[in-house]
Amino acid sequence: MNSSALTMLLVSEITITLFTCYFFYKVLTVPKKKEPDSYSDN
Amino acid sequence: MHIWSIGILVLCLNQSNICKIMSNKENWGSRVGLVLAMAGNAVGLGNFLRFPVQAVQNGGGAFIIPYLVCFLLMGIPLLFVEWSMGRFGGRHGHHSTPFILDSMDKRAFWKYIGVFGIFTNLTVAAYYCYLESWTLSYAYHSVSGSFMGQTQEQITSFFGNYVSLHDGYEPIAIWLICLLLNTWILSKGLSGGVEKVAKIGMPLLIIFGIFLAYKGITLKAGVNGAINDGIVGLNYLWTPNFDSIWQPKVWLAAAGQIFFTLSVGMGSIQCYASYVKSKDDIALNSMSAGWMNEFVEVVLGSAIIIPISIGYLGIDKVSELVKSGGLGLGFKTLPYLFTQWGSTLSAISGFMWFGLLFFAGITSSLAMGTPCMGFLMDEFKWKRSNAAWTFGLAILILGLPTVLFFNHGVFDEYDYWAGTVSLVVFALAEIILFSWVFGMEKGWNEINRGADIVVPTIFKFITKYITPLILGWVFFASLPDIFEKISNKAIIEQIANTTDANLINELNSQMLYLNGSRILLLLIFAGISYLVFIAYKKRQKHGRFTS
Repeated sequence: MNSSALTMLLVSEITITLFTCYFFYKVLTVPKKKEPDSYSDN
Repeated sequence: MHIWSIGILVLCLNQSNICKIMSNKENWGSRVGLVLAMAGNAVGLGNFLRFPVQAVQNGGGAFIIPYLVCFLLMGIPLLFVEWSMGRFGGRHGHHSTPFILDSMDKRAFWKYIGVFGIFTNLTVAAYYCYLESWTLSYAYHSVSGSFMGQTQEQITSFFGNYVSLHDGYEPIAIWLICLLLNTWILSKGLSGGVEKVAKIGMPLLIIFGIFLAYKGITLKAGVNGAINDGIVGLNYLWTPNFDSIWQPKVWLAAAGQIFFTLSVGMGSIQCYASYVKSKDDIALNSMSAGWMNEFVEVVLGSAIIIPISIGYLGIDKVSELVKSGGLGLGFKTLPYLFTQWGSTLSAISGFMWFGLLFFAGITSSLAMGTPCMGFLMDEFKWKRSNAAWTFGLAILILGLPTVLFFNHGVFDEYDYWAGTVSLVVFALAEIILFSWVFGMEKGWNEINRGADIVVPTIFKFITKYITPLILGWVFFASLPDIFEKISNKAIIEQIANTTDANLINELNSQMLYLNGSRILLLLIFAGISYLVFIAYKKRQKHGRFTS
């Protein structure tokens, strides 16, 4: 793989993966709000 | 007797169920379920079939620059706006766009602009479910070994015969199964149906995607008939042509891709978000769903069809194939290439590939059902199951022309008007409403209400000025193409350039089908507008909130 293709791939995919993981991790770990909230299982 | 009846009823139904029946209100079961359902709404077949082809055709690796810029300047603001509009409308008891828009400004025409949010979902679902049924059928044929031992030409003609109903009525039977499945899941409600499918479908889609991406990248030249390493395909897709980013058409393609991949401008995001309470977050939820879609599209979508196709067919052949779009690669080429891996791995890979496309499809088509159902339940007090089966019947009737007359271009015509033009028109209207009519100050407060993340203030400026400008540019740049379509310019030119009587007859017949499709779509829009008018009158009569 040439270096410019590799650079584009790595920068794009690492950036997107980090943002995806960060936001999903926050969704999983943010404290729940007081009832009644929007979610029936909470 | 009467007391016993009430006692039994109370024992059978808990408090929340009684509330749901009385008010026809739905709930999300969990926050993760909501985020996965929203991500599932966005992730569609285009993530795997359209994005890699767009990247190859528009500068390779350099395409990611305009693509991500458009995501930041148009995609993210539209996600914030649509989630906010939905939650705001839900606070006033509205779960479909006509009355969500109506609650944001007192001028009557907004509710008719909101008709786009039902029209688009209904008509896109009508042809999308057919596409979804192909994936189901191909998954079955992959597992049953139908493709083993066939040449590439035979597999290509299998697709042609399938969509032209040449080999019997299997496509119609599987399409009906697909419609029934969608309707049945929708009748189970948000937490009991849509959310459960998203919680199963999205993780499976990602697992299947990772497996296929791994297989694609690790292809070795000389093994199982491959002529190139998988890395050659990645190199082909990601090698940047930086000159391309100065071309307006590349930016238009990037804006279009962002637009369609996020499912903005449809009205389904507003509908899902309308079930979120006003104190609960939408900023973090929208970011999580949006970035998850980007992960599936850029990380997984770029590592499957192009690397595998180039591994077996070479760069020249694939460069030729991408001109006909990703659908051809996905349905005509990949099933053949999987057969090179031996019967067991071919069955597993085929099942995973079409299973992945099926989950991508069904999580999107379910999202298309909810605004239509929300409208019927809110305005006409229909029960959920009745609304779901009515939606199923509507997409059966509206989808029939796309199934029976696929080869006459009806499917593509639906896709163009309902799945492309309507989205741009509606998104442009809603961003103007949100930023300029409802007001950016109020809008910004809505975005930040209950937010679990700090939304950078720069997005206030972007949402007010930059996003409407980009959307306006996308709309005006599309106008010449829209006028060419309306005037059937391409077909008329073809007729003028031929003397073959049969071809002229065929082209005239095609023009008839295309014009018929457009009239049908217009009638649907008018019909929904009339229903909105009736609902408005009912609201006035009953003294319910309206502008």
